[in-house]
Amino acid sequence: MKKFLFIISKSASGVSVQEALDQIMSAAAFDQAVSLLFIDDGVFQIKKNQRPDELGLKATTAIFEALDVYDVNAFYVETESLEQSGLTVQDLCLPVKLLARNQIAGFIKQHECILPG
Amino acid sequence: MKFTLQINSSPTAGQSGYYAYRFVCELITAGHQVSRIFFYREGIYHGYRYATPPDDELNFSRLWSALSQAHSIDLVICVSAAQRRGLLHPDEAQRQGKLDKDLADGFRISGLGQMIEASLLADRLIVFP
Repeated sequence: MKKFLFIISKSASGVSVQEALDQIMSAAAFDQAVSLLFIDDGVFQIKKNQRPDELGLKATTAIFEALDVYDVNAFYVETESLEQSGLTVQDLCLPVKLLARNQIAGFIKQHECILPG
Repeated sequence: MKFTLQINSSPTAGQSGYYAYRFVCELITAGHQVSRIFFYREGIYHGYRYATPPDDELNFSRLWSALSQAHSIDLVICVSAAQRRGLLHPDEAQRQGKLDKDLADGFRISGLGQMIEASLLADRLIVFP
């Protein structure tokens, strides 16, 4: 088993999120340890109360919430990114652990396969 | 060392594809093994047979085909990413009543599992975003 880390750094944009989720679910389907790290505008991906249909997008927060079914439940958010986005953990649809910016490099090093989300 | 690569950007979207190609060439020169290259997202555009850039520009599908043939590198294009963007395996094209044979030599179309499997077998996974 390898430790996969998907780093999600951009806000939702249709196919791009779906393709990240497909790869996340594929790694999980191979019984790998999968973690997700949300940084920069990536935190908006898991904001509650989105209205994606108005932009012709799929409701991807529902897929993020369903990742637990695949045993993907290690979700991390960079504290500074969350502050800059004006959100708090209460605004997010996933139960996340917060990491300070100065912990991110060390955290990434704990993983073997690092992929952009 | 054994390497697996994932390429996410198209040949025309910037330098990433070229860096990936140069990186693979250098790995081979240095005696490393490149078992599989997985083309995902916009990276699937590397596999179009009929890409016809002007003669003084690089033709990526030809470069990859030649590299694959010379060094037995498995070039895998993600099926879901490819179908979204109109690149179909000849069998699938026929099934859907489409005629083109767009996939360049040396490439094959398969699923995301191929990428995960290759990552597990490799010492390093390198992603070119």
